[in-house]
Amino acid sequence: MKKLIKNVALAAVAASLFPQALAAQAKVTIGTVNNADMIRMQKLSEVFEKENPDIDLDWVILEENTLRQRLTTDIATQGGQFDVVTIGMYETPIWGAKGWLEKLENLPASYDIDDVFPSVKEGLSVDGTLYALPFYGEGSMTYYRTDLFEKHALTMPQQPSWDQMMDFAKKLHDPDNGVYGMCLRGKAGWGENMALMTTIANAFGARWFDQKWKPELDQKAWKEAMQFYVDLLGQYGPPGASSNGFNENLALFNSGKCAMWVDATVAGSFLTDSSQSVVADKVGFSLAPSQKTRQGASWLWAWGLAIPKTSDAKTAAQKFTLWATSKKYAQLVAETHGVAAMPPGTRQSTYANAEYLEKAPFAKMTLLSMEKADPKKPSMHPVPYVGIQFAAIPEFQSIATQVGKFLSGALAGSMTVEQAAKSSQRATERVMKRARYYR
Amino acid sequence: MHLTLRHQKQLKTLVIGALAWGIALLLFFPIFWMLLTSFKTEIEAFSTPPSFLFTPTLENYLTINERSDYFHFAWNSVVVSVLSTLLGMLVAVPAAYSMAFFETKRTKSTLLWMLSTKMLPPVGVLVPIYLLVKDAGLLDTKAALIVIYTLINLPIMVWMIYTYFKEIPKDILEAARMDGATLLQEVTSVLLPMSKGGLASTILLSLILCWNEAFWSLNLTSSEAAPLTALVASYSSPEGLFWAKLSAVSTLACAPIIIIGWFSQKQLVRGLSFGAVK
Amino acid sequence: MSSHVSNHAKNSTHWMSRLLVMPSVSMLLLWMIIPLAMTLYFSTIQYNLLYPEDNAFVGFENYSYFIEDPGFWPGISNTLILVGSVLLITVVLGTLISVLVNTPFWGQGIVRILLISPFFIMPTVNALVWKNLLLHPVSGVFAHVWRFFGAEPVDWFAQYPLFSIIMIVSWQWLPFAILLLMTALQSLDQEQQEAARLDGAGIWSIFYHLTLPHLARPITVVIMIETIFLLSLFAEIFTTTGGGPGYETTNLAYLIYDQALLQYDVGMASAGGVVAVVLANIAAFFLIRAVGKSLTDHK
Repeated sequence: MKKLIKNVALAAVAASLFPQALAAQAKVTIGTVNNADMIRMQKLSEVFEKENPDIDLDWVILEENTLRQRLTTDIATQGGQFDVVTIGMYETPIWGAKGWLEKLENLPASYDIDDVFPSVKEGLSVDGTLYALPFYGEGSMTYYRTDLFEKHALTMPQQPSWDQMMDFAKKLHDPDNGVYGMCLRGKAGWGENMALMTTIANAFGARWFDQKWKPELDQKAWKEAMQFYVDLLGQYGPPGASSNGFNENLALFNSGKCAMWVDATVAGSFLTDSSQSVVADKVGFSLAPSQKTRQGASWLWAWGLAIPKTSDAKTAAQKFTLWATSKKYAQLVAETHGVAAMPPGTRQSTYANAEYLEKAPFAKMTLLSMEKADPKKPSMHPVPYVGIQFAAIPEFQSIATQVGKFLSGALAGSMTVEQAAKSSQRATERVMKRARYYR
Repeated sequence: MHLTLRHQKQLKTLVIGALAWGIALLLFFPIFWMLLTSFKTEIEAFSTPPSFLFTPTLENYLTINERSDYFHFAWNSVVVSVLSTLLGMLVAVPAAYSMAFFETKRTKSTLLWMLSTKMLPPVGVLVPIYLLVKDAGLLDTKAALIVIYTLINLPIMVWMIYTYFKEIPKDILEAARMDGATLLQEVTSVLLPMSKGGLASTILLSLILCWNEAFWSLNLTSSEAAPLTALVASYSSPEGLFWAKLSAVSTLACAPIIIIGWFSQKQLVRGLSFGAVK
Repeated sequence: MSSHVSNHAKNSTHWMSRLLVMPSVSMLLLWMIIPLAMTLYFSTIQYNLLYPEDNAFVGFENYSYFIEDPGFWPGISNTLILVGSVLLITVVLGTLISVLVNTPFWGQGIVRILLISPFFIMPTVNALVWKNLLLHPVSGVFAHVWRFFGAEPVDWFAQYPLFSIIMIVSWQWLPFAILLLMTALQSLDQEQQEAARLDGAGIWSIFYHLTLPHLARPITVVIMIETIFLLSLFAEIFTTTGGGPGYETTNLAYLIYDQALLQYDVGMASAGGVVAVVLANIAAFFLIRAVGKSLTDHK
């Protein structure tokens, strides 16, 4: 340890004294989210740097919301601080249309872009032009404890309805023994409770906007869905449900405190990893619940790597993005971290891999839910926007953040669902008016 | 009678001591718990009931060391805090000197005005400042942070030093002047030695405030100049269990300044009093 | 000014004194005027980072949107409650604790070091530790204590959001108050206290008539400095509640972030910034006037 510190200190001194020693290399600054898959990518990028000694990778790893704000400020003001940005299905179409991202055309044949799920490719493109290469994708699905279902003689269908979920939760809820019937996201945020809430609303036959961009949050379907969510999570959820996001729920499920959980398909690899989950061999998988409709009941999200127009190391940046999203990279992950750790939800070839299907029990359900998702038809009613658990317009982030707060307020009991719906409607109308969608 | 009185007094000291210890431990508990959690495994960190007895592990620290170059971030924190404090002192001392010894009608309002520059909320001016820094070509440089921190802390520094200077009897300075001391001599051989304690505490407070500043450091840096606050932000809520790693990185980020704070407690105390303590 | 100094010297020192104040005043002037001018300008145009092409003059539209926001009044009242409560807690507890640790007892030095430690912790770390390790309703230490006594664990940030924020912010600033008041007490005249005691004055009477007046000035310093920092409190709210649930923990600084920065609406963020400055100055006017007076007028 001492030696390490000494070496690092020496290196730091050397680097600060002779910065020109590194100047000959192309420096690629990568802004990314602190999710497990990205952290693995950072670790494995040593291999890339070894293969490309002339490229020096610099990592900026931040928590999702901070990163998003950071990247948007930089790219919109032409700050040029990043050469590779990690953005999702929400930003890519907006930024691509603004001309802020490099077009990704003429990809090498070995990259095999046609291997990527069409829905994912679609979500990262504008008018057929790709603006980000998918790193990993996810849908949402239902996780449940097989041992508890067995104990109570219950069976989980392949796609339950939300009514059935309520029923199961009621029977499995056993707080005295530290088991809560239903874990769901409750933490306010457009990427937290609103991602889930929107899929529930979709399943209940609601939509965010009508064809004229009028919000429908105070309509019957939305209110029903909100009431249902508040009832379900309020009665059978863990304490503190209104501040639980993906992480908190994952931790709860991993420590055996949740009987059921509906969330991102990526959770599958954590839940079945016995080094962090005490219920690794007791997890069952099925599709995200439907209700009136299956349309939009499961969300679709992908993180992609894009190159801002302002980058000063575009060639090197592209080389890296191609490497990090390639089949070769997936293979590398399989070799170093086990086949189940391969980046999920982007390439069909991953799901054709028999070993992967065997080692990753959640894979089949992931594939199924990703195939069913259609970001262009998120609701049983026609909509003017694209995106299942979001609407890909710049205003959505702020709108859903506000609505998310009202929803968590309703869940925490500081306001009624009726009030939450009304306030949400008013806030949304305000933002849409301000953005001049209508007067 | 005499004995019981002494007993009473002993009892009183005992009760006060116990109470004081109780409060101190209570206030310190969050830090202690953070330290303790940083030596647990992730599963232990989340376990119920919490474990006080466990086999400590360095796993979290090793993971952090592997994932990010702690010394790079720490070095940036050190450079930015130290240089901006120095710069601040260079500007603040003359200003405070002149305000304290050549007080005019406008001095008080200038002091108040200086404090009022701290009223503009950073979130409200993020974009203007970002544009300015960008146009100056200073994004992701330590220079940008140094300048901004200096400006943020300058009002408090001027005010603090001003109050220390005011405590120095004017006669002493005048006597020195009468003896034919130049301004420089007056400052270096009379003024600075006499306000050593106050200046030290100003320096310390500025160091603490710079070290812990988390808005501009996050928004104006990316990799090259990112200080420890940015390192903490990268561990704040990833997927999966993260309590132990977060505790470890927080411990690493706060340790240097806490230790400096402990060792210089007396200096800090003297200076922070803004001349309110005579 | 001293009468010993000749007129000529007086002029030159005058000139000198201006020269010395110049750097900091001009730096701060630039620091204040440039962003403020930009902010004022941006606040009158339509300026969204995501629609950079469209920058029409809109007059007061940004202001009216910001002020008509449903979160505006909650934001103001939360800001006031937050600042007021933290001030009250830190001053009252700070006074009591520093009086307590002023009498000698075993381990006084260590106790003092422990007491002031939270002040050195980064605000973000403070928020993260409280949120994840202490107040977490399932695995947090508080939840265990509650369960130990057979009570249902409290979901702090959902059930008592503003109170929780006040608690963690007070934790951070209480040491600051203790630090100052503790030092001030050391210079309290012991003989006077002893004399009062011999005259038959009780503990409370001594505290009220001797200790408190002695602490008046350090207390005003605590109030002044804390007010400046607390008015623009942001990191703690951002990390824990995100202003929610509803608007329960949205203060003015967070509202600007939430309503404006989150949709990259620079126009409205600027309007919000201007409004916040005006309000902060109004609120601080009396306070700083009073406090500032007692500070600058000593001697």
